[in-house]
Amino acid sequence: MTAQTVLIAAPVVVPLLSAGIALLLSPTPSAQRALGFGVLVALVADAGWLIQRVDTMGTQVVHAGGYHPPLGITLVADRLSALALLTAVIVCLTVFTYATGQGIADRRIENVPSVFYPTYLVLLAGIALVFLTGDLFTMYVGFEVMLMSSYVLITLGPTAERVRAAMTYMVTSLTASILLLTTIGLVYAVTGTVNLAQLAGAIPDLDSGMRQLLGLLLLLALGIKAGMVPLHWWLPDSYPTAPAPVTAVFAALLTKVGVYAIIRTQSLLFPRDEPWTLLLVLAGLTMIVGVLGALTQDNLNRVLSFALVSHIGFMLFGLAISSVAGLAGATIYLVHHITVQASLFLVAGLLERHHGTVSLARLGGVAAGAPVLTILFLLPALSLGGIPPFAGFVAKLSLLQAAAARATPLVLAVAGVALLVSLLTLAALTRVYLKAFWGEPEHVVPDLEPDDLVEVGTGRRARPMHVAAGTAVCVGLAVAAAAGPLSAFAQRAAEDLSDRTAYRTAVLDLRGDR
Amino acid sequence: MNATNLALSLVVGVLFAGGTYLLLQRSLLRVVLGFVLLGHGANLVLLIAGGRAGDPPIADETSAQAAADPLAQAMVLTAIVITFAVTALLLALAHRSVALHGDDEVQDDVEDRLIRRREEQLEDGP
Repeated sequence: MTAQTVLIAAPVVVPLLSAGIALLLSPTPSAQRALGFGVLVALVADAGWLIQRVDTMGTQVVHAGGYHPPLGITLVADRLSALALLTAVIVCLTVFTYATGQGIADRRIENVPSVFYPTYLVLLAGIALVFLTGDLFTMYVGFEVMLMSSYVLITLGPTAERVRAAMTYMVTSLTASILLLTTIGLVYAVTGTVNLAQLAGAIPDLDSGMRQLLGLLLLLALGIKAGMVPLHWWLPDSYPTAPAPVTAVFAALLTKVGVYAIIRTQSLLFPRDEPWTLLLVLAGLTMIVGVLGALTQDNLNRVLSFALVSHIGFMLFGLAISSVAGLAGATIYLVHHITVQASLFLVAGLLERHHGTVSLARLGGVAAGAPVLTILFLLPALSLGGIPPFAGFVAKLSLLQAAAARATPLVLAVAGVALLVSLLTLAALTRVYLKAFWGEPEHVVPDLEPDDLVEVGTGRRARPMHVAAGTAVCVGLAVAAAAGPLSAFAQRAAEDLSDRTAYRTAVLDLRGDR
Repeated sequence: MNATNLALSLVVGVLFAGGTYLLLQRSLLRVVLGFVLLGHGANLVLLIAGGRAGDPPIADETSAQAAADPLAQAMVLTAIVITFAVTALLLALAHRSVALHGDDEVQDDVEDRLIRRREEQLEDGP
């Protein structure tokens, strides 16, 4: 048990174990809260230490149980996964604080013990497993762990609307999982391994037809999970119905885990020297379709969900450019987008709590009564639109610089689309601002049947919720403040991703050491 | 690469075809059955990927040449457990849906419903 083993295994093992303990503690929600909070704080420290260690000492590898590839489960932490993990646990911590404030976990439905905290911890374990895994099958297992808990979270308090939305979500996710499993079977059939490092060596030897088939199947299966157009249909229908903290953590993390998996598998297994035409077109379509949806919606949560789809396109664009600069841009965008989506959905949750609706037609004049809330919405909204000096600007700038360095006609065309979409995102969020925050205060009309988890019109200031939403916004601002070191780090992470031999030697060369 | 078992491959094809057909049905119960078929198909793909059948892979008892591939079996076992758990959850959801709605039908697309409602409003209007 070296420090390395503990550091890398902790983000997966600790949440799973404490989820079990939390389930036992369900008669006393306050103990559950304390446990969950302690675990999350410890994991933030763990991820921080891990990222520092990876940056100074290079890629860190753990072979679980001492079994080496292709037999055992390999956990690999390189710069990209450590960065993604750190961002994920920080966002999980803020959303957890918010959820505690909302008291969502304390609600007992039909005497079912409070399952929110255990499920939330299992969700985090699944996310960490996908980020840290070194083989395809464990990635599938990580996705399943994550999705299984997301099924529980999305049907928390199963109202009629939620059950229906959960059907779409579950059936779609399951189809994607079956596709991923089938792809893994095919990969194993032709190469005899599912270890990513070994696959990176084996796949280039396959004939080009088989390579393309496997690459496209992986893109298809993971693309559904990432919400890539035309595979995004499930997302805006299912996310907005869940309780606010659940929606926030889903929007911030679940799709980004899919994007991470796409970046990991495509850059490692199917390296490209030229820009990838198919993914460029899909990225452009994702941006446009998403933002057009965001422009026409009335429900704020649906506006944000479509904006989420739209911005998945930016990260795919970075990958499709197929250069170190492109991957670095996608990495920065990943960090920016996780933080900004979480804060926007948390603010939408606060809006719903105070005004009883998130319908733009029913809201109005919020700014007069709740200036703090307005600022909390405005900061991440401007960041999402790409206004300097916020993080969104930094992320978009690095992507556009990567595109300009490539300068093929198609890349430039998609870069043009990206600029247009940034403008339209800003338009969509301005529309939200004008309709919901501007105008006369008395225009607010609560929903006829407001969400049962919301205490409408009480105006009771739940301090932890405001602190959590504020923290989420501040994390977004910190990303902008740390833009210099972050860009440098993302650059190094992207070089790691492009240098496939380094990854392979790090994972496979441990054989002789033990 | 090993010679693939034709009969098993055909079974995989039939399972996927049947599963896809059922997945496109309206009732969630049929969708669940379709998902079960698809899961079986995917598990068979993994099993076929393990190569020819062989003796039980037990250390120190079976020679490496005669043993079946244990890795594929381990993966299939994991996948079966996951599929089982998800199926149970889906059935619970279908049950809840029947309790809440009286049916377990998958709903229309949200946007489609909004557009239909708008059309009805236009027709009812002056």
